[in-house]
Amino acid sequence: MANKDILSGEGKLLVSSSPHIRAQETVDWLMWQVVIALLPAVIVSIYFFGFRSFYLILLGTLAAVITEAAIEKAMGKDITIKDGSAVVTGLLLAFNLPATAPWWLVIIGSVFAIAVVKQTFGGLGYNFINPALTARAFLLAAWPQYVAGNFPLPLDTVTGATPLAVLKGTAAGTLPTYGDLFWGNVGGVLGETSAVALLAGGLYLIYLEVIDWRTPLSFICTVAAFTWVFGGSGGLFTGDPLFHVLAGGLILGAFFMATDYVTSPVTPLGRVVFGVGCGLITVLIRLWGDYPEGVSYSILLMNLLVPFIERWTAPRVYGMQPMQG
Amino acid sequence: MKKLWNTFSNGIINENPVLRLVIGMCAPLAVTTAVVNGFWMGIAVIFVLTASNALVSLLRKVVPAEIRIPIFIVVIATFTTVADLTLKAIQPEIHAKLGVFVPLIVVNCIILARAEAFASKNNLIQSVADGLGMALGFTLSLLILASIRELLGNGTWWGFNVLPASFEPAVVMILPPGAFVTLGYLLSGLNLITGKSGDN
Repeated sequence: MANKDILSGEGKLLVSSSPHIRAQETVDWLMWQVVIALLPAVIVSIYFFGFRSFYLILLGTLAAVITEAAIEKAMGKDITIKDGSAVVTGLLLAFNLPATAPWWLVIIGSVFAIAVVKQTFGGLGYNFINPALTARAFLLAAWPQYVAGNFPLPLDTVTGATPLAVLKGTAAGTLPTYGDLFWGNVGGVLGETSAVALLAGGLYLIYLEVIDWRTPLSFICTVAAFTWVFGGSGGLFTGDPLFHVLAGGLILGAFFMATDYVTSPVTPLGRVVFGVGCGLITVLIRLWGDYPEGVSYSILLMNLLVPFIERWTAPRVYGMQPMQG
Repeated sequence: MKKLWNTFSNGIINENPVLRLVIGMCAPLAVTTAVVNGFWMGIAVIFVLTASNALVSLLRKVVPAEIRIPIFIVVIATFTTVADLTLKAIQPEIHAKLGVFVPLIVVNCIILARAEAFASKNNLIQSVADGLGMALGFTLSLLILASIRELLGNGTWWGFNVLPASFEPAVVMILPPGAFVTLGYLLSGLNLITGKSGDN
């Protein structure tokens, strides 16, 4: 261990400035763990949506990495594509698009995510909102016909509606079973359909302590609780929380996007507040908004509140009195 | 003569009202969905700003300092009404598209700022040069902003199809977010060209 060498110093007294003890985790390691955790969802997506899914995911990832390298080269900065953060952004962006998306849509989305949302504000660690989700919101506002409303059904060539759109009554179709929702045999964007693959990746990250369990748990529990109370048509407490948790992008968003280090709070309590806020906004949009799904907008809105949440939940420094007024 | 030229050109780059001073942003963000809208908005502002600068400059010795702002507003409102009615007569369609933003020139910061900061302290010729330069800078910024937004958001320029039919316009560019994103990059672009960065 490097720390031991410094501390022992082979009999010599070494003087160095703090920090003296460093964690073993690096940004590179953390980001590549996220990529590994997303792989099950990639595989399920290719199984259900075919080669086109692989093609779009590859395109999105490549475009993100190339954009990052090109901008850093042009601005004379260190090229940081090895840290995997651009790969994660590209993957998540492709995950947010349907398999029918044209190839250029994925590329524009990746370029927007990296160039406008990430590098304009200073690169990794400085973007104040999630790049992949912002790019999705941009694409949805720019080309709504390609991003929403035209979802291919798995293992099939016809297009259909997402489960949430059917539930809301904005699209025709039959509601899928819990089993289909769990395995991913439903219409939707590339990465959101399979609950089991996303849960496997998410639990892997929680086990490695790459992500904190607080945000996903509070996010999902809030959605479950509020859809149970208000989601039913027959009065209070008649909703179907399990359907709302499994359908749509909730699991993808809760485990992989709401936990983004840069755009979520650092304090433990703040993470719970962040998750609950995301859940509330998601339920608001799903039940009473115009869109069938609200996970991406809920995370983006809460991203904007992160500085306030952190200030509010900042732990008291030992020995200091809480500030008055 | 050199001083006159400096006064005139000041508003175009160095103190461009939209891209440098960033004042009066309501119209630049709202009407730049099409180049033709931006152009007529610019024409209206050129008229109002130049005329109000001229009149305020002529009145500068007789206006009591305590009530100068109401008087400036009355002067500006007069010319804005003239511009509004004239535009309605010669370009009724454009007038309908610009809607409330032509009457809103009355409260546009640029006009009042130039009356207060320049025209009330300088002679007629200088004030007219300042008004013309500032208004031209305003119009140019609007044209650049509107060109980018109309091209990307609608695939046209001044209503003409200039991009191949396979181009799919990004609707977001003619929506408010497109205005803010484009404006942000224009601001940083001007800083890059003129070598002024936010570091200092």
